[in-house]
Amino acid sequence: MSRPDPAHTHDPARPHLAPARLLDVDPLLEDPKTRIVVCCGSGGVGKTTTAAALGLRAAERGRKVVVLTIDPARRLAQSMGIDSLDNTPRRVKGIDDTAGGELHAMMLDMKRTFDEIVEAHADPERAAAILGNPFYQSLSAGFAGTQEYMAMEKLGQLRSRDEWDLIVVDTPPSRSALDFLDAPKRLGSFLDGRLIRLLTAPAKLGGRAGMKFLNVGMSMMTGTLGKLLGGQLLKDVQTFVSAMDTTFGGFRTRADATYKLLQAPGTAFLVVAAPERDALREAAYFVERLAAEDMPLAGLVLNRVHGSGADGLSAERALAAAENLEEPRIVDQEDGKAVLRNSPDAQDSSDSPTPGTPARASAPESGSPTEDAENTEHTEHTGDAEHTEDPERSVEQLTAGLLRLHADRMQLLSREQRTRDRFTALHPEVAVTEVAALPGDVHDLAGLREIGDRLAADERELPGPADLPEPPEASA
Amino acid sequence: MSRLQVVSGKGGTGKTTVAAALALALATEGKRTLLVEVEGRQGIAQLFETEALPYEERKIAVAPGGGEVYALAIDPELALLDYLQMFYKLGSAGRALKKLGAIDFATTIAPGLRDVLLTGKACEAVRRKERSGRFVYDYVVMDAPPTGRITRFLNVNDEVAGLAKIGPIHNQAQAVMRVLKSPETAVHLVTLLEEMPVQETVDGIAELRSARLPVGRIIVNMVRPEVLDETDLELLRTAPRSTVARSLSSAGLGGARRGGHAERLVDPLLTQAEEYAERYTLEHEQRAVLAELGLPLHELPLFAEGMDLAGLYELARELREQGVS
Repeated sequence: MSRPDPAHTHDPARPHLAPARLLDVDPLLEDPKTRIVVCCGSGGVGKTTTAAALGLRAAERGRKVVVLTIDPARRLAQSMGIDSLDNTPRRVKGIDDTAGGELHAMMLDMKRTFDEIVEAHADPERAAAILGNPFYQSLSAGFAGTQEYMAMEKLGQLRSRDEWDLIVVDTPPSRSALDFLDAPKRLGSFLDGRLIRLLTAPAKLGGRAGMKFLNVGMSMMTGTLGKLLGGQLLKDVQTFVSAMDTTFGGFRTRADATYKLLQAPGTAFLVVAAPERDALREAAYFVERLAAEDMPLAGLVLNRVHGSGADGLSAERALAAAENLEEPRIVDQEDGKAVLRNSPDAQDSSDSPTPGTPARASAPESGSPTEDAENTEHTEHTGDAEHTEDPERSVEQLTAGLLRLHADRMQLLSREQRTRDRFTALHPEVAVTEVAALPGDVHDLAGLREIGDRLAADERELPGPADLPEPPEASA
Repeated sequence: MSRLQVVSGKGGTGKTTVAAALALALATEGKRTLLVEVEGRQGIAQLFETEALPYEERKIAVAPGGGEVYALAIDPELALLDYLQMFYKLGSAGRALKKLGAIDFATTIAPGLRDVLLTGKACEAVRRKERSGRFVYDYVVMDAPPTGRITRFLNVNDEVAGLAKIGPIHNQAQAVMRVLKSPETAVHLVTLLEEMPVQETVDGIAELRSARLPVGRIIVNMVRPEVLDETDLELLRTAPRSTVARSLSSAGLGGARRGGHAERLVDPLLTQAEEYAERYTLEHEQRAVLAELGLPLHELPLFAEGMDLAGLYELARELREQGVS
């Protein structure tokens, strides 16, 4: 039944515009030159799951992978064995390692990461002083931005350990998906900035020509901050900053290195989005921003895309048919043949060369006599059953429900297609892979594997009853 | 009814939309509400289909019955300058501070200062009065940070009050905390009937409660219509394929015999129904989880065509009918 269906290509629900470039994730994951994959996108689009699925897929294709997740759903974390927050990569059990790969996963603990930096770079006494500083404690517990800084810091650490040949990173659920890009720069310039120098040693600047203004600004500033925050807090800040300053001599260098790492050829950014207006708007913005920052974009992962095994049946026809089933009796009483009432496309059907279909009283030439007989009989049967509890009656209601469900699905499909086409029109250069929606949440390796398969599958092969031929009525 | 209504929720649940609808609902019948944005995303402007909001309270909508919705996108830098101006009459010195990076420093890195400024500004609007003694805004609705950060965001003043033990910041932080922890405030959480947002809601409520912040309502957003009910789903398990095929056929979708058009529709339609059934079960489980929290629970419908201004008014009406305002 592989008869080409000309009607289908003209279905208004599937405007076949120029297809976007397809993103093939397998070559990307298999290429030994790919060392870092960053998944970014706005909240709630499935970033973490995508990162985990990519990591698993790469590992099962022979690579030694570590997945750095920021805030995974509890059950997903449990399924990977990283529900304990200890900031260390753990080997994930239960993967298929016949290709020689390994999967490690870790969940970022930002406070722990910050503490570790302090412990690694300061002598024990100084480290204790910093860790005990109230300013430090608030800062490291995660005021706006710390998570982003620490995610980047951790990425730098993992990369420099060189134990894995692929690092897959999930990005923090930021207020904007772009925050983490700014984090290394911001922290670097903050810790290395004029202000810090001024705060820590305002006196030194006094004699230098041209710095008079700054000095005036400074004393006013420390004075103001002192009044504002209370003298004791300012002292805490100053102690903290001077301790950090000596400890973190090379912080800016490191932050810059992380930033450069992101720009390097071994890095691939994947923008994750759902086929919804807002998510794709954010994705478009992100694509532009990555380009402006010279960050290598591999493509767009379009998550939770819907398909239908019956996409030849349009929403309009499904709804009309559902109505027909829901109110057949009025029709029955008029002429005893519900089927006659909803046959606007009888002409289309009669064009169909397929034997054995469709059976309509109005188009007898295209149907076999037996089928006509069967339908007529059936219709009369429902007509007679007006006041009895007839199982066929409730099946008809169920069928009407199935058709309404299908109409919803088809409308969703065409909305998703429109949204996607709009993105493609804006950014034809971006390769796209579509991931078919799953009805439930993913919380085990099998689910992640399934997502991985869907990530790698060509979009035209969305899962579904693949060998199902389209009904010729599709051209409604 | 609390005068400061804080709306939080996991990313992607539509908390900005719900906050805006709530502001509209509360403004009905001649009331005036202020809708506050704190994350600099200009989500409110997009929703109300206007240009980007400046750091200035401006009227963006009229509610049924003559009420008004004002909106404000709080910019932490400008709020700090405002603040310094208020306390120290800094004038042009403020600009010098900005040049130095002091403002940037203070708002991005100083512990929680940014959050203090944002909540402080909202609380100021709550308390602001006209000369007559009447409150300028009957309600202030805040489109707040997501559930994962909401407790820290609202509680930051407590920490700051602890850090800055004296001085105006300390006083300010304490004053803000008095508003936030009082019945003047209600924190609502927006969720979807999905596992992760519901889990985050449960965790978020536990956090809010342990910080003694007043939890308000749970608003389930984007609830899909029930196309098939329990009876249908039961029948789905037992109905023979052939009867479904016959029904499709009698609806005018072709032949019911093996290989006929109607018959070939059965499998894909049943597959879609199974997906629906799976989601239906999941949704029921999540509803039960939410019900256990013992908070007022509201449901808002999904607008399949996407949210627009008309949809927003529709949601506001829905919220009013459910007694939220």
